[in-house]
Amino acid sequence: MMRQFIIKRLVSLLLVLLGVTFLTFLVTDLAPSDGAEMYYLSRGITPSEAALEEKREEMGLNQPVIVRYFDWLKNALHGDLGMSFHDGEPVMRQLTRKLPNTLKLAFGSLALVIVISLPLGVLSALYHHRWPDYLIRFLTFGGISMPNFWLGLLLTYVFAVKLGWLNVISDNSFKGMILPMMTLVIPLASAYIRQIRTAVLEEMHQSYVIGARARGMNDKEILLEYILPHCIAPIITLLGMSIGHLLGGTAIVETIFSYQGIGSMVVDAIRVRDYPVIQGYVIWMAVIYVLVNLLADIFCYWQNPRTRRGVKQ
Amino acid sequence: MKKWQRSDLRLLIISGLAVLLFVLAILGEWLAPYDPLEVNYALSLKPPDNTHWFGTDKLGRDILSRVLCGAKTSFSLTLMMLAVIVVVGLVIGLVCGYVKGWTDHIIMRIADILLAFPDTIFAIAVAGILGAGVFHTVFALALVWWTKYARLTRSLVIDLSKKDYICAARLAGAGHIKILFVYILPEILPKILVNAALDTGSMMLSLAGLSFLGLASQPPSPEWGYMLYESKQFMQTAPWMMFYPGCVLLMTVMIFNLLGDCLRDKLDPKSE
Repeated sequence: MMRQFIIKRLVSLLLVLLGVTFLTFLVTDLAPSDGAEMYYLSRGITPSEAALEEKREEMGLNQPVIVRYFDWLKNALHGDLGMSFHDGEPVMRQLTRKLPNTLKLAFGSLALVIVISLPLGVLSALYHHRWPDYLIRFLTFGGISMPNFWLGLLLTYVFAVKLGWLNVISDNSFKGMILPMMTLVIPLASAYIRQIRTAVLEEMHQSYVIGARARGMNDKEILLEYILPHCIAPIITLLGMSIGHLLGGTAIVETIFSYQGIGSMVVDAIRVRDYPVIQGYVIWMAVIYVLVNLLADIFCYWQNPRTRRGVKQ
Repeated sequence: MKKWQRSDLRLLIISGLAVLLFVLAILGEWLAPYDPLEVNYALSLKPPDNTHWFGTDKLGRDILSRVLCGAKTSFSLTLMMLAVIVVVGLVIGLVCGYVKGWTDHIIMRIADILLAFPDTIFAIAVAGILGAGVFHTVFALALVWWTKYARLTRSLVIDLSKKDYICAARLAGAGHIKILFVYILPEILPKILVNAALDTGSMMLSLAGLSFLGLASQPPSPEWGYMLYESKQFMQTAPWMMFYPGCVLLMTVMIFNLLGDCLRDKLDPKSE
């Protein structure tokens, strides 16, 4: 049962990966300037039409998009994502060098988000319509409306420029990661606290809670033994989805703090139209996102006794 | 009874604020005390004072004027995008939910693929590949977000098609077009619009974020996200450059988020 489920999910994930990479390929085809042109322009050469044609032939750009896509896919499966137009470095090497930094930032933030939002979300639900709830809701409302790039600038201004506690440009040290992480965590934790609050409130109104209370269980037992386990599945699913948000957010945050990850790498690549780098970035992000979601799904599947024992819902 | 009055009042105040924002955005060019594009190096990086309430930027342009004129850019882009997404999603959703079969199957699988992927990253990639530009960014975000509305519309249409009154309409000889536009569309439109209202804030943020990365609006035209991008390098000498555009963006997003919440509570009271 479990194996079947995983295989089914893997197949659909494979389709997602193929679809997303093909779409980016298609969009590259729509782009106003092609690879050959960018190859010369990034070297400061204005190419002649003949040189362009020759380069296109060499890069295989004259072939239909579908042929090029399968060529690219074949190479990508062998770990070859092509060369950067800009500096000629293999895209794969550039990615593997910078990816760990981004992962550290993203998953560190995710852990922090969980640690912060779980207790606050539960607290807010327990104090429904009393002052802690109002306070938390007020603050989180500010958090979800906050543009994360502005938050990053404000935090830098306060902690680096005014107080001088931290550096404006962040490195990979713990101290250097505080501001980028705060920038990622505050909006996401705000959204999360609100979701957890809603999930807990919803469970609190279920009849089994009234039943448990009637049997004389105290609120703490009900919360820990009934309500929280029920909330775990939706929370994990949400976490999986927010990874996408987080990875997207790293592009902005890394740019603000000049953090050496693949987010700032892709923004730089976009400025010089370095298509292989952009494509490499997309495929890596897709793989990470899809894997994390697979894990989340498996966890939810396993965590639910009905699906685990193969009972049809 | 009393509770209803309070929530009505809340909705009234917040829609009033939203209308005020729209008026400011439309009248921004007339209200602006200076020309937002006028360069004057003598006034470079002036802190806020009586003549320039929000200060000036590196080129000596008045920030208040730029913020006011930037409102028009942000609002019109967000509305344009919202309109594109809602209309495209609505049409595709109506067709999928009503026709079903292969069309539905293929389109929904495409939507699955797009939904299964982080939207920001996809938008960054698409806008990046197509090149910086307002319309490319709108296109990139619309490419991801139509799916949400298509799915919502589709599921609403499928639910409605099973209702007796649709069946009765069909028996009475109503054509497909009439059923879709006279019986189904008015039923689902409020739900779709509430969702659109709820999404306005986050769309504005996404647009401004891409603009901050230099992917959307191009200098010198004023736009909040891009103004913040420009302000970054003057953080130490001219913090007002980043303070005011950000504040205005935050307040605008807050008002739209509140408006969305209020409309949802009003039209769909069950969800709270």
